[in-house]
Amino acid sequence: MLKDQDRIFKNLYNDMGSDVVSSQKRGDWVNTKEITDKGRDWIINEIKDSQLRGRGGAGFPTGLKWSFAPKEVGSRPHYLVINGDESEPGTCKDRDILRFEPHKLIEGCLIASYAVQAHICYIYIRGEYFVDGQKLQVAINEAYEKKLLGKNAAGTGWDLDIYIHYGAGAYICGEETALLESIEGKKGQPRLKPPFPALIGLYGCPTIINNVETIAVVPTILRKGGKWFASLGREKNTGTKIFCISGNVNTPCNVEEEMNIPLKELIEVHAGGVVGGWDNLQAVIPGGSSMPLIPKEKCETLTMDFDSLMAEKSGLGTAGIVVINKDQDIIKCMARIARFYKHESCGQCTPCREGSGWMWRMLERMAKGDATKDEVDMLGDVTNQIAGHTICAFGEGSSWPVQGLLRHFKKEIVERNNLDPIVQKKNNIPYLVDQHLLDKKNA
Amino acid sequence: MSLRRPAKNQPENFEFNSSSLNAAKTIVSKYPEGKQQSAVMALLYIAQRQNDNWIPLAAMKYIAKFLDMPYIKVYEVATFYTMYNLSPVGKYFIQVCTTTPCMIRGASKLVEACKEKISQNECELSNDKSCSWMEVECLGACVNAPMMQINDHYYEDLDKEKTLKILDQILNGENPKPGSYRGRINNEPENNRKTLMDYKNA
Repeated sequence: MLKDQDRIFKNLYNDMGSDVVSSQKRGDWVNTKEITDKGRDWIINEIKDSQLRGRGGAGFPTGLKWSFAPKEVGSRPHYLVINGDESEPGTCKDRDILRFEPHKLIEGCLIASYAVQAHICYIYIRGEYFVDGQKLQVAINEAYEKKLLGKNAAGTGWDLDIYIHYGAGAYICGEETALLESIEGKKGQPRLKPPFPALIGLYGCPTIINNVETIAVVPTILRKGGKWFASLGREKNTGTKIFCISGNVNTPCNVEEEMNIPLKELIEVHAGGVVGGWDNLQAVIPGGSSMPLIPKEKCETLTMDFDSLMAEKSGLGTAGIVVINKDQDIIKCMARIARFYKHESCGQCTPCREGSGWMWRMLERMAKGDATKDEVDMLGDVTNQIAGHTICAFGEGSSWPVQGLLRHFKKEIVERNNLDPIVQKKNNIPYLVDQHLLDKKNA
Repeated sequence: MSLRRPAKNQPENFEFNSSSLNAAKTIVSKYPEGKQQSAVMALLYIAQRQNDNWIPLAAMKYIAKFLDMPYIKVYEVATFYTMYNLSPVGKYFIQVCTTTPCMIRGASKLVEACKEKISQNECELSNDKSCSWMEVECLGACVNAPMMQINDHYYEDLDKEKTLKILDQILNGENPKPGSYRGRINNEPENNRKTLMDYKNA
């Protein structure tokens, strides 16, 4: 288990209060000026040395991302945008940072803004976190009062203004370009890349977008040194990470742990074990709903980091671990996730808009045993038609969990669904009816 | 995509009252000059708060004029994002999360409770017109599952009994306390905390 002194988020459970004074006692804002005095290149190199990878799901190296920002500010100002649109089912880590460690985030914003030469920072928070956003606003106001923000913020000589922008219940706005569209006051539909936001982003200006957790760990890394951070975890998967363990465990919780920690340790030690004992475990979704599930056999030895999960054809994503035990119907669980994606598809690309609903309808029938034999393969076919054929990664996000189900639980689906194909036998299966029009009359 | 339609009965006019107007002006000032369109989402929220938790078409037209942008662009935004209510909901608007992490911990029991106490169908006003409920997608409090949101606040670690009790309080016009209903502190593992112990006892 990680030692307490190596934990970055010491106030994860709000033992000490989130105001500026108690944050300063924990080491925030202590020597911000000393850090920025060492210069942009030093900051970016130190982050590169720490091998910090983005905590928002894709795991892109943060130092590298910052170095993409133009070195000289031209006619267009630079922007820093913080992605707090945390909507991935199974993930609730950013919420705790917003409400309990807001000053880590704000200080991180200042340092990151300095490194990428931005004077304005927008923090995009999902609309449902209104109360938590208000807590962050209180912290921002405090920081302005103490002259930690605004002109010559924290004595660093850098001017920075931070504004909060609330989303309004669209999962897709967690995608970075959709998030920019949303800040610009449009529908949150992702843009084509390239051009990448680092060159043409918010209002057509160079924009660096980072997750809340990524930015919040930056000040601690710079204080303790990139080497310290790199010494935790393993090569290319360094540092600590907040894991959210939910589902059928005895004590669901958020906990900060070292990268590469065994999954079994997370579940058994921190989450109090699977409901009904380890043998009752059926499967685990390791990184938020968009990552393929992993069956019990592999959970024994699995370690939690980007690369080892990639090797299992899954991913760390946001580290939202959803534990599913044998009391649950796995097909139904996945059908519910498919319904989530059907609901959240932005409707821009046809394969995703139509395919996500198609997958949901098929899975719902499969859960009831109303599907025909040939549909199992058809389902796999639909997922392949979506993944990789859309503008953003939502296509992958919606089809991977279904692919994971087919990879590991195909036997269950086939056993339950042994109807003959519809053309040969006249079963009354209304899959040609557009069911999404029937599901919510009052929506 | 989700299906969203504006309500049939629409008020003729809508205008910001003075406090909404001040809030709107502050928000517009957060964005660079000429980019006032960025404020549309926040202004829709303001309109929603002013107008008993829903947005009439007249408000969209008003906001379009206010921000000097085409009405259809405001309409697009209001119909795209699911947190803008396009038809009347109760003064207390209850959203029950039923996505997988909540589902496997018994979110359907919460839905049952809502059906018993409020109305048989989603988005239908209760008898006294003060409440309505709906199923929503992940609200981002998965380790506190199952949970629901009432207006701005989260009610966590629920079961059917506790939900019934909360709903009773709301129907009586009381404000139940938000947060965990199993008495645990924030997101720590209940009675099983192994980390940051020095800080806990400090």
